[in-house]
Amino acid sequence: MNGPFDFTLALADDALIAAQRLAEWTTRAPEMEEDIALANIALDQLGAARLLLSYAGELEGAGRDEDALAYLRDDREFRNALMVELPNDDFAVTMAKLFFLAAYQLPLYTALAGCADERLAAIGAKARKESAYHLDHGALWVKRLGDGTEESHRRMQAAVDQVWPYTHELFAADPAAPVDPATLRPAFDEVVGPVLTEATLTQPDSAWAPAGGRAGVHTEHLAYLLAEMQVLHRAHPGAKW
Amino acid sequence: MYGNDFSAPDGATDEAPGGLLGEVEAAEAELRAAAARGRRGGPAPDEDLAAYFAEVVDAEQKIEPRDWMPDAYRRTLIRQIAQHAHSEIIGMQPEGNWISRAPSLKRKAILLAKVQDEAGHGLYLYAAAETLGISRDELVQLLLDGRQKYSSIFNYPTLSWADVGAIGWLVDGAAIVNQVPLCRCSYGPYARAMIRVCKEESFHQRQGYEILHTLAHGTPAQQAMAQDAVDRWWYPSLAMFGPPDGDSTHSAQSMAWKIKRFSNDDLRQRFVDMCVQQAEILGLRIPDADLRWNDERQAYDYTQPDYDELMQVISGDGPCNRERMAHRRAAHADGSWVREAAAAYAAKRAEQREKVAA
Repeated sequence: MNGPFDFTLALADDALIAAQRLAEWTTRAPEMEEDIALANIALDQLGAARLLLSYAGELEGAGRDEDALAYLRDDREFRNALMVELPNDDFAVTMAKLFFLAAYQLPLYTALAGCADERLAAIGAKARKESAYHLDHGALWVKRLGDGTEESHRRMQAAVDQVWPYTHELFAADPAAPVDPATLRPAFDEVVGPVLTEATLTQPDSAWAPAGGRAGVHTEHLAYLLAEMQVLHRAHPGAKW
Repeated sequence: MYGNDFSAPDGATDEAPGGLLGEVEAAEAELRAAAARGRRGGPAPDEDLAAYFAEVVDAEQKIEPRDWMPDAYRRTLIRQIAQHAHSEIIGMQPEGNWISRAPSLKRKAILLAKVQDEAGHGLYLYAAAETLGISRDELVQLLLDGRQKYSSIFNYPTLSWADVGAIGWLVDGAAIVNQVPLCRCSYGPYARAMIRVCKEESFHQRQGYEILHTLAHGTPAQQAMAQDAVDRWWYPSLAMFGPPDGDSTHSAQSMAWKIKRFSNDDLRQRFVDMCVQQAEILGLRIPDADLRWNDERQAYDYTQPDYDELMQVISGDGPCNRERMAHRRAAHADGSWVREAAAAYAAKRAEQREKVAA
């Protein structure tokens, strides 16, 4: 990555794709209260994505607004980490993704709130409060499922094993960025380790660390997600909505 | 702003300020006044309970959960409030169908928030029903078993983005016309729930109207999409007011109990009269060749919806009845291991606290 545009776009795409996935739970959550909670988190992510995309568009200076960036880029131009595009799968996998993402976004936005770029600092200050709630919510479910029934424990451990390798990409070093993601790893580990222990779950030690999202090389899943998200907007070029 | 009062983007004139929102506010004021007046402190020891109940209802006071009430009144309210709650929950599906494909990020955020509101209304209404001595779990089971209904309108499919607009304008509009009088329902918890729900529904109707307004003033393809949606949703929306007065089974008793305040046909007429002017501002055609102003009645003459179709949909054979129920049942079944885990975790924590305390 180089430049504030790429950095901002990467954060924006993480939030946008996470929102799209979370919103898929609407009408499907295990409890009605959880339907509302997941929609809340999706709305937070979408809100952050819109602020970040708009700012990225300004940094680029090519006249692209939030919708041009969201709807008119192909998968190879998206810069999100692979983790957020993975299918929701069962509720445990969704909670693993939610928990790990929040444990990364909270220190990220906190650091961003103190960075030299005023716009990014303002976005970080707003988003970190939301991330703190996402982290609470994700951690609570990881504990409930990990230390709930035999079945939920089995599913939660499988989910952690499945998602964990994708967390490494979030912390790839980028010393020139407003916040170097590599510096966020200790804060992530401090939060995640104790929650997994309390949840009676084992932290995986797999060396596999899939990556490529920040360079636009994604999993097979992203193109399908975008096909659905973009279909209507693209079918009516230039239309206002 | 409420219901038929829109600030259309091109400066179209608003209808009478106050309107339906005014009625909601009046109902709220009435509720406060009734509470301030206070009721006499309950029936005397030897007083006829039914006579006391009738006296409270006649005096426009509210019946509260701990009051004696006729069994049939309780059953009627449970049925009506539960159906209303189920409608909010099932009603999330047709609009939820377009969240992933919303054509702009702003529209996506508004729609997601709207569907979320509906889940909130559902929970709020289940809580109101629970004050009558039945649990939410029991009510949800009655829905899943097909023993309680939800509004038939949600058994129609959302085939285009414009359907999201048409649902907001017509379906939420009809719901508001239906629900505003319920803000003055004799049962306190339901009346209070409806005041809150109606205020939020007014935002929903407005966002639907704005979607249609934008489409109707957009490209030819967008205009066609908007007209097609209105063509498909108009008559099912009219049917939302239920069978014609002559055929309505629950109406007379509900009117006497002040659960219901206006007849199905009165409300339907009110809805038609409200929509005509709005359709003109939208630049969309209401699909009724016989729609015209009747000077004598001071109301529009209009074509009745197909009540045979309504009965068919109510009986389970609408376009989406099976899908809607299958979706709800699948979500419930798929989530059972999660609910069990949450219960097991809570039990373990409670046990630990007891040990610490001991």
